[in-house]
Amino acid sequence: MTNHWNDLQFADVLMVIGANPAENHPISFRWISKAIEKGGKLISVDPRYTRTSQMANVYGQLRSGTDIAFIGGMINYVLEHELYHKEYVAHYTNAAYIVADTYKFEDGMFSGYDEATRKYDQSQWAFKTDEEGNVLTDPTLTDPNCVYQLMKKHYARYDIDTVVGVTGTDKDTYMDICKTYGSTGEVGKAGTILYAMGGTQHTVGTQNIRAYAILQLLLGNIGIAGGGVNALRGESNVQGSTDFGLLYHNVPGYMEVPTGSEGDSTYQGFLDRITPASGYWVNKPKFYTSMLKSFYGDNATADNEFGYHFMPKIAPGKDYSFMRLFDAMHRKELEGLILFGSNPVVGGPNSFKEQAAMANLKWMVAVDLFETETSAFWQKEAGNDPSSVQTEVIFLPACSSFEKEGSVTNSGRWMQYRWQGIAPKGESRADLEITHMLARRLKELYKNESTPAAKQINALYWNYGDDDHPDIELVCRDINGYDWKTKKQIQSFGDLQDDGSTTAGCWIYTGFYPENENLAKRRDNTNEGMSNFLNWSFAWPANRRILYNRASADLNGKAWSKERVGIEWNAQEGKWTGYDIPDFVATKGPDDPTFNDPFIMMAGGKGALYAAAKLNEGPFPEHYEPYENPISNAFSSVQLNPAVQFGEEEMNAKGEADKYPIVATTYRLSEHWQSGAMTRNVPWLAELVNHMFIEISEELAKEKGIKEKDKVIVATARGEIEAYAMITKRFKPYKLKEKTVHHIGMPWHFGYKGIATGATANRLTPHIGCANSTIPEYKAFLCDVRRV
Amino acid sequence: MEVNVTRRQFLKLSGAVAATLAVVELGFDEKSAKAQSEEFKIAKLTPTPTICPYCSVGCGILVYANEDDVVYTEGDPDHPINEGTLCSKGTTVRQVYTSEKRVTKPMYRAPGSSKWEEVDWDFALDKVAKNIKETRDKTFMEKENGITVNRTDAIAYLGGAALDNEECHLLQKLFRAGLGLSYIEHQARI
Ligand code: SF4
Repeated sequence: MTNHWNDLQFADVLMVIGANPAENHPISFRWISKAIEKGGKLISVDPRYTRTSQMANVYGQLRSGTDIAFIGGMINYVLEHELYHKEYVAHYTNAAYIVADTYKFEDGMFSGYDEATRKYDQSQWAFKTDEEGNVLTDPTLTDPNCVYQLMKKHYARYDIDTVVGVTGTDKDTYMDICKTYGSTGEVGKAGTILYAMGGTQHTVGTQNIRAYAILQLLLGNIGIAGGGVNALRGESNVQGSTDFGLLYHNVPGYMEVPTGSEGDSTYQGFLDRITPASGYWVNKPKFYTSMLKSFYGDNATADNEFGYHFMPKIAPGKDYSFMRLFDAMHRKELEGLILFGSNPVVGGPNSFKEQAAMANLKWMVAVDLFETETSAFWQKEAGNDPSSVQTEVIFLPACSSFEKEGSVTNSGRWMQYRWQGIAPKGESRADLEITHMLARRLKELYKNESTPAAKQINALYWNYGDDDHPDIELVCRDINGYDWKTKKQIQSFGDLQDDGSTTAGCWIYTGFYPENENLAKRRDNTNEGMSNFLNWSFAWPANRRILYNRASADLNGKAWSKERVGIEWNAQEGKWTGYDIPDFVATKGPDDPTFNDPFIMMAGGKGALYAAAKLNEGPFPEHYEPYENPISNAFSSVQLNPAVQFGEEEMNAKGEADKYPIVATTYRLSEHWQSGAMTRNVPWLAELVNHMFIEISEELAKEKGIKEKDKVIVATARGEIEAYAMITKRFKPYKLKEKTVHHIGMPWHFGYKGIATGATANRLTPHIGCANSTIPEYKAFLCDVRRV
Repeated sequence: MEVNVTRRQFLKLSGAVAATLAVVELGFDEKSAKAQSEEFKIAKLTPTPTICPYCSVGCGILVYANEDDVVYTEGDPDHPINEGTLCSKGTTVRQVYTSEKRVTKPMYRAPGSSKWEEVDWDFALDKVAKNIKETRDKTFMEKENGITVNRTDAIAYLGGAALDNEECHLLQKLFRAGLGLSYIEHQARI
């Protein structure tokens, strides 16, 4: 989230698209309701009429996988009717930037495509620069090659009739949504977009989110209270686990992982590659070196490039992401799998195939509270003959969140501490302790060896105590970072150095633990204004509650709206003051050339309506149909996102519309959570929702002769599952331009373990993902339904 | 325990707890509720603040526990986001502790076996460490195409979205910086 939960109350209009907070983030609805009480309008856009839709002023029905068409039409509407925030767009975004003549867009394709690799030469989308490399601009926004004009041309194709013919939305409702949401472009108004996995789990997922961001930039809705692009994250600490680099392509704090390429063969070469010429990321070498110092301590010195060569370097161009990991397992390239609170047999795409791949493992370690479908994949219940599965499995019992202490970071980036309420149950242990015990044992095993493998682990700086119980204080201090010599805590990431004199385990958190106090433990709930609660816990970065908050004020530093003051330039005091921590040095005044550059992480400081070289399928979001789809693309002759990559063919059977004519999607329920381990094993929750079901429309039920609670089979090209039919009005057939299609939905929480059991929806989902993030396309696939 | 539930906060808490319990356990007879509230099991317990382990709203929860059981949990009235309220999941968090399905001992499944065996921590951890070392030593690449890469592509790590930040930090540090894994992934990708 650029903003945070309490801030939702300040919105004039809230558009929830690809999310269902009333059921999946129930308590967030306190603040949504508050906005409505104050006269705010709620728009819900979803394939299914959810409980969020029920609370909304307007509900727009949208076929799964057509967000870009939907938002593209809104962008067009806002531009056509000149509803955008003119000053904001002209000065805070890259609307005026001029794009190089090599940029072209024709029939769904941008320039520079290579069919063989399914990749674009992104240099063709660059900005035009002068001899010194400065981007050329046209402040009048009239140059036909400026971002504003190109965007206008691109989205002019997204006229209302074409859009609703693709999305299936009722035309009047769609126009109402365009108008209502477009009204937030007025100076001083605020609109917020809330999304979740309904936005991301598509072959065009990243571009869906880009489309939301473009709309928000046009309406001047980023950086202000009641605005923002807000991801409603699914797990209590998925924000933190991402911040801390538990992904193959990121180390902590969103920095790059080195590759085994020539350019990365020296630390300097690597830093040159990853450090941009302007924007806040020019400081990256300081953050990276401080991180290496945290990793390798005394073994990271100027003489050995700060231990850079101890870091593993991934194969250049190789994709190690979740689905490719299972592809590799399928090809028998993996011997071992280590799982900490992870249950892919329920949560992974085409999960039966993923489960089958597990039998190729030599060993598996599962750390969990409950026996999961994954840790038990070798059992008869899983459909396996145990005697033929040669995988050695070790299960380590973890304790729950209140049987240990530590912090989690919520969607609003609040890092909140959880104290220990009781000793771990039985012999279970905290994951922190398990990791520490394992590290100590491995270090012990290697200590007398000098192979390259031994050198790496021996170089690792592991100073969390001398027995099996780690000292969490030391871990916290390590995350924040300290001065290597004096061991004094670092106050802010602005103080980090690139000479090895400072450490920082995760630079974006630096400042949460100044010398005497862990700020994540703060419990002062005084509202000093705008419900930012600056003394409650700690928000990264630097306790900032709303990102890009410079944009909450106009060109002179005055708030756009008196009711929504974020920060304002106080000429008398010579600094920014207000209700939040400024996104930059507080004394940055009108004399500073970057005074009007709110988007500090971008080179140039302007919000990116046009993404010059960031996304794999193009600088503007363009609609493509899902991998499996019932109709041809109305916007071009290109059916599937041209930059999507395919994995192992055997892992990803594809269904066609003649055999599987119904669109399907998956969703979550209030009473269950993710793969169900922590809810299907909880008696009350198991009792509340104890059966797997699919939700189908009255029309489809009639066509198929299905009655309420009938047992039905859902079939896709990947497999079949059995579930109860729940017939509702919440799904309606879609009247698209070419034909009418049915749409169904189902929860994905079930598996065969636990108290409440049921078929696993992900046995049906395709093994293909977004061209940028590779998040699987769980949310739109084709199926057929029949009675048992 | 260095929790700073302030005195003001604590007093307010005790009141709220008594009121909730009165309704749940005693119906609406206020008088007898008041009389009996003094004797409630939790009356002598100090609440421990925690944050809900489910979704990312990050609601505050108070845990009342004695030596060997979690007696009661409820929404933290001082928490600015949930202000004492919780959804169905946050409300039942006590049962994450009490559920009979909790695994409380390390378990081992030998290749080809059809059952788990309970083992002790030393056995389990030694096995894990030995497996990691064996696979890693066999597959570790010091160089690839003449460039130092120090990695293994034969071990994969998954998970983290329900863990604490401090845990994520140590996991990332151990498996990437210490052991050279490339396949490090978690729920954010799916
Ligand atoms: S109580 Fe419900 S809304 Fe609050 S964090 Fe827990 S799961 Fe989310």
